[in-house]
Amino acid sequence: MQSQSASPTNVIVAQGINKIFNPGADEEIFALKDINLEVKSGEFVSLIGPSGCGKSTLLRLIAELITPTSGDLKVNGKDPHAARIDQDYGMVFQAATLYDWRTVSKNVQLPLEIMGYSTQERKARAQEMLEMVELGRFGNHYPWQLSGGMQQRVSIARALAFSPSLLLMDEPFGALDEFTRERMNLELLRIWDTTKITVVFVTHSIAEAVFLSTRVVVMSPRPGRITREIAIDLPYPRNFETRELPRYFALLTEVRELLREAHEI
Amino acid sequence: MAEITSVVDAATEEATVPWIHRVGDRVRYYLPTMLIAVGVLVVWELVVRIFSIQQFLLPRPSAILENFLEEVRLFTTGQGSILFQATGATLWEAVGGFFIGCGAGVLVALGTARWTIISEAMMPFAIAANSVPIIAFAPIMNNWFGLTNPASKMAIVAIMVFFPTMINTVRGLTMIETRQLELMQSYAARPTKILRALRIPNALPYIFSAFRVASALSVIGAVVAEFFGGPRATLGVFITQEAAGFDFARAWTGIIMASIIGISFYMLVLVLERWLMPWHVSFRKKG
Repeated sequence: MQSQSASPTNVIVAQGINKIFNPGADEEIFALKDINLEVKSGEFVSLIGPSGCGKSTLLRLIAELITPTSGDLKVNGKDPHAARIDQDYGMVFQAATLYDWRTVSKNVQLPLEIMGYSTQERKARAQEMLEMVELGRFGNHYPWQLSGGMQQRVSIARALAFSPSLLLMDEPFGALDEFTRERMNLELLRIWDTTKITVVFVTHSIAEAVFLSTRVVVMSPRPGRITREIAIDLPYPRNFETRELPRYFALLTEVRELLREAHEI
Repeated sequence: MAEITSVVDAATEEATVPWIHRVGDRVRYYLPTMLIAVGVLVVWELVVRIFSIQQFLLPRPSAILENFLEEVRLFTTGQGSILFQATGATLWEAVGGFFIGCGAGVLVALGTARWTIISEAMMPFAIAANSVPIIAFAPIMNNWFGLTNPASKMAIVAIMVFFPTMINTVRGLTMIETRQLELMQSYAARPTKILRALRIPNALPYIFSAFRVASALSVIGAVVAEFFGGPRATLGVFITQEAAGFDFARAWTGIIMASIIGISFYMLVLVLERWLMPWHVSFRKKG
């Protein structure tokens, strides 16, 4: 389901988005103010900022789990509602959010069931996805039999099972230990490379954002807004050696300083 | 990959442990419970004998057992045992009431859960009704359905188990983690799919916890309802009549039968629960 708009390479176009929670009430929160963002097909864009900067809110607007107070938002050239109904995106939450009563394979099959794939297709597709996240042998296990990192890989397999053009990730590795997180980063880059999927990735880890992204969007709180964007020009393929490049450290420092500046504005 | 191997090890380990060890573990686990049971019976027997307690105050366990075995003999030789007949009748009332009450509870919850406003408006009434001593309605049900009609006891049991089942089912259908619902929303799943794939499985543990309570409650309800009158061959009437005739050892056999069917019913629900929800937290193997 490709976009019908004038610029088909734009997966996400946000213009002047405002989001106010509880408008008019005492506890009114200006969550997002005048957000302008473009994400092109095949990009890996990270949203980074301190808590309360609205990075998750922005992701949930794109997913149409909430709606903006004002502004214009297009996903695949469509209204976000139409994009959600068309199942244009897969979503990965911070918690793996697997259903306890389903085996790993059945969890991956869930979106395929909803989208009316045949049983045979579902099984084959789930197995293929599980092999991609290196859990091919675990289809018949239950989620609780897997470690946190493995569960999150299942949830990535589930998000990709129906080949959406867009992957939305809300701090997916935030609950994992540093070692697992770095391995998951490598795995995600490999998947991104093979599927050519567009990724919007919310994180509060500078290292993760720089290592993974083609572009890092820096946000700041009260009200949540985009303060800077920085293109990440690290070479591909990115691997453990990337983390030792002087350019990598330079970019880390740059993002860190942008975040500090953003905080002082 | 240590995490992976440990999981696999845990799964295969269970199959490789010799069955004799597993039986041994079981025996060791239940041994203290069995010893306590035997100990209580022995102390009971001794106390009655040493202090020469009158049998109408507290019969000896051995006297109860004698009476019980006599009924078993009558039953197995086909001469007809009123105790066994009474047990069957009471079980029928309890099970019938259980199915009517629990079935209605689940159905009403399913029917109203889609309209949150209705189920929320009903909840205070359900919770209030749940704290009403429904057994007090027994004489009225006896009037409505007839003293000897099992329907009068089933009605009491059904009303007793209806409210806890309905309340728990509504909770299970509606108390769902936000993320789990958002996941369904992200796939643009229809409400019927959300009901089948998320709400109902989520409600199963709640429903079964209600069923477990209801299974015990239904036998209690049936027996107590029979205290208000019913056919001769029901446990409640059996117990009251034997006690009125000062044959307490026989009255006790009725109490024992009521306990046996209560516990068996409870265990049956437990087995069904395990079978339907092998994934549930409480059944996960430790390790």
